Amino acid sequence: MVETKKIFSQKQVLSWMCILIAVLPLAIPNMNFHHVMIMFVIFAALGQSWNIITGFAGQTSFGHAAFFGIGAYTSSVLFWKYMVSPWVGMLLGALIAMGVAVIVSYPCFQLKGHYFAIATLAIGEIIQQIFVSWEYVEGATGISLPILPEGFLQLQFHQSKLPYFYIAYVLFVLVIVVAYGIEHSKMGYYLKAIRESQEAGEAIGINPTRYKLFAMMISSFMTAIFGSLYAQYILYIDPFMVFSLPLSMKIVLLTVLGGLGTLYGPIIGAAILIPLSEYTRILFGGTGKGIDLIIFGLLVVLVACYQPKGMIGLFGGWARKGQRTGGEKGE
Amino acid sequence: MILQIIVSGILMGFVYSLVAVGLTLTWGVLDIINFAHGEFLMMGMYSAFWMYSLFGMDPLLSIPFAMGIVFVMGYFTYRLIIKKVINAPGLTALLATFGLSLLLRNLAQFIWSPNYRFINQSIVMDKKIVLGSITLGVPQMVAAISSIVMTMAVFYFVEKTKTGRAIQATALDKNTAKLMGIHTEKIYALTFGISGACVGIAGALTATFFPIHPESGALYSLLAFVIVALGGFGNIKGALYSAIIIGITEALGGFLFGTQFKYALVFLIYLIVIQIKPKGLFGW
Amino acid sequence: MNKVMLKVDGITMRFGNLIANEDVEFQVHEGEIVSLIGPNGAGKTTLFNCITGFYKPYAGRVIFRGKDITFLPPHQICRLGLTRTFQIVKTLKEMTVKENILTGAFLHARKRKEAEAIAEEIIELTHLTGKKDQLGANLTIADKKRLEIARALATKPLMLMLDETMAGLNQTEIKEAMELCVKLKKAGVTLVIVEHIMEAIMPISDRVIVLNSGKKIAEGAPEDVVKDEQVIKAYLGERYYAKSKKC
Repeated sequence: MVETKKIFSQKQVLSWMCILIAVLPLAIPNMNFHHVMIMFVIFAALGQSWNIITGFAGQTSFGHAAFFGIGAYTSSVLFWKYMVSPWVGMLLGALIAMGVAVIVSYPCFQLKGHYFAIATLAIGEIIQQIFVSWEYVEGATGISLPILPEGFLQLQFHQSKLPYFYIAYVLFVLVIVVAYGIEHSKMGYYLKAIRESQEAGEAIGINPTRYKLFAMMISSFMTAIFGSLYAQYILYIDPFMVFSLPLSMKIVLLTVLGGLGTLYGPIIGAAILIPLSEYTRILFGGTGKGIDLIIFGLLVVLVACYQPKGMIGLFGGWARKGQRTGGEKGE
Repeated sequence: MILQIIVSGILMGFVYSLVAVGLTLTWGVLDIINFAHGEFLMMGMYSAFWMYSLFGMDPLLSIPFAMGIVFVMGYFTYRLIIKKVINAPGLTALLATFGLSLLLRNLAQFIWSPNYRFINQSIVMDKKIVLGSITLGVPQMVAAISSIVMTMAVFYFVEKTKTGRAIQATALDKNTAKLMGIHTEKIYALTFGISGACVGIAGALTATFFPIHPESGALYSLLAFVIVALGGFGNIKGALYSAIIIGITEALGGFLFGTQFKYALVFLIYLIVIQIKPKGLFGW
Repeated sequence: MNKVMLKVDGITMRFGNLIANEDVEFQVHEGEIVSLIGPNGAGKTTLFNCITGFYKPYAGRVIFRGKDITFLPPHQICRLGLTRTFQIVKTLKEMTVKENILTGAFLHARKRKEAEAIAEEIIELTHLTGKKDQLGANLTIADKKRLEIARALATKPLMLMLDETMAGLNQTEIKEAMELCVKLKKAGVTLVIVEHIMEAIMPISDRVIVLNSGKKIAEGAPEDVVKDEQVIKAYLGERYYAKSKKC
């Protein structure tokens, strides 16, 4: 991307965002706030991962909770049954998620548009069903992770939430670096070409299946890593939590809300949605009335209607050079 | 036994078909995934419930009322929300309908509580018909028959009437339809209204044998997505046949593999079929 | 005569009962500009799709530089040096002109710098310099068509197949497109052009192939083809016939 007209380059803006995120928890030493910040970086990173396959490559996935859950379960089961370090579990989980992604998405890449989206939804639901009825992993009961003494190796901290935050933060920055690298390389251009017109892409030498597969592999790998991290943070998982469609949709929602297909989108989207949902939950959550979700729903509808390009649209030329057009369907 | 299961699967399939037809209309005509479709259904169920609990009205009698309410909801959903997002890039339209579904579901929970409600009185309540070795619940029978009649009516409307043809033309090519003098804005709003009316009716019908609560629409909308995709987007006949397939799969799957697997099986069927027919059974 | 670059050997394509191409046979030599003409529905675009791998022909073979490419996918065919444009332009709308072209340039560039260099060169060649930062969606139809060619050129093709790139352009734009074709020929790119605008392609074509109802009905130098009785009847009509007599 040419940055001639912008005051700040994309790299600078992203760096400032990351620095701001890093110092915020130090500036505001409050347990609730630290929790919100942890959830924020986790979900911003999940959105960024999802953005690679859907925002860049245009293949709508409604099933990313499957990869998140596989990551969470792999590290948790290994830790709980065999005392394997969560770090090993995290890597293994990411590799398994990547393997599953290849197996299930390869045959689906021939599907176009909504047919693909519904297929990912179906895959997500099937995987959830499997875990619900799989006794080896405690089925619907879920797994409570054993509490160990604090330590980096066992990825548990009880005194303060800051270590969790900074671990999540480092991984989050890595995800941004990967996404940045993709966007500015051949792969990024190829993925966007596939999104805009698969046929045009093929005509200029792009193998669509191969690049979609690469995108899916990277996306699922990173998603699973944050699944493991989340499990270690909450210390309890069950299939209705980590494999749920609402989780998949939350990832979708925050990215689209922020700005689909841009690096800022997931960060902005998560910065709005996560504090909103976490704080409204803290404030009203106990009443069981779902006020948090009413506000959430209303906000989402309003943004969709008045900022159709996502919140990023507010920043206009600063974020994306030139005018994004309303999609004229079929020319 | 197997026969009993298949028959009740088919009956359920008929009911699904009405829900799916509503969805396939908006999907085919406007190319929008309406994530709030299940919530429209839920509203239909609550309409019937309140007519029953406030005025003691039989849910079957409140069908026109539920249909009207959800038709209006659908109509205004288009006018107020969909209209603004229909030309937006990417997944914005999806964002809007998903937000609407969250809003409706939690609003229902806020106003009416998450409690399960039941309608205890209806002329069809607790009645059964025995045909040889098969026992059929009258509520299910009535729901199935009414659904299939309504599905046929919608099919007839879209295929044979002038307005229906205008809907088809708009679905095929909005701009050309406009040039032909079709008021496409009206057609879109009408389509959303009809889609709502379908689930309004389905809601009143299912209210006779299913509990009513804010989440009751969610599962149906998930099934409806799969049914619509399986049948081919925008294809009413496809939606009908695949609803029956899904109804049978669900019933048989629950019987053969245990109820916890019945939906997994439904999704698996979709994944398998779509490998052979990437645009659904009746897609073009 | 130069080496044979493309050999189309008995291509037949059917959609159900409809025969779109029947036993079409022709050759294209290195450095030539060959035009493929014929009335609407003659099967030109279908033939394009069969050659470039978008359709798998029902029968027949396509040989490109001695290699059978009949059943290769489009991206592999492009990699071998045969690239096409689309009649209905497929602009990458949410990408700028430069990004559109850069995407094509990545085919033969490992590093971004190399790709940028190729892209700049193509942007200049196709006179898109002033518009390189505009989004594809915001271009006029003429510029979209030019971009379509530019993006294809960025893959450094040995042979380029243009599908009606002049339709809808005004006189000046057509002239520019003609000049570009000649420039490309000089640069060593072999061209196959599907076109309706006779005035534009007759002067630049080395050979013309005429399709009608899916069959090849004539082939030869432009001046011979326009005199062919069958061609006149099938396609060109009285007007062009009269015009060519006058000249």
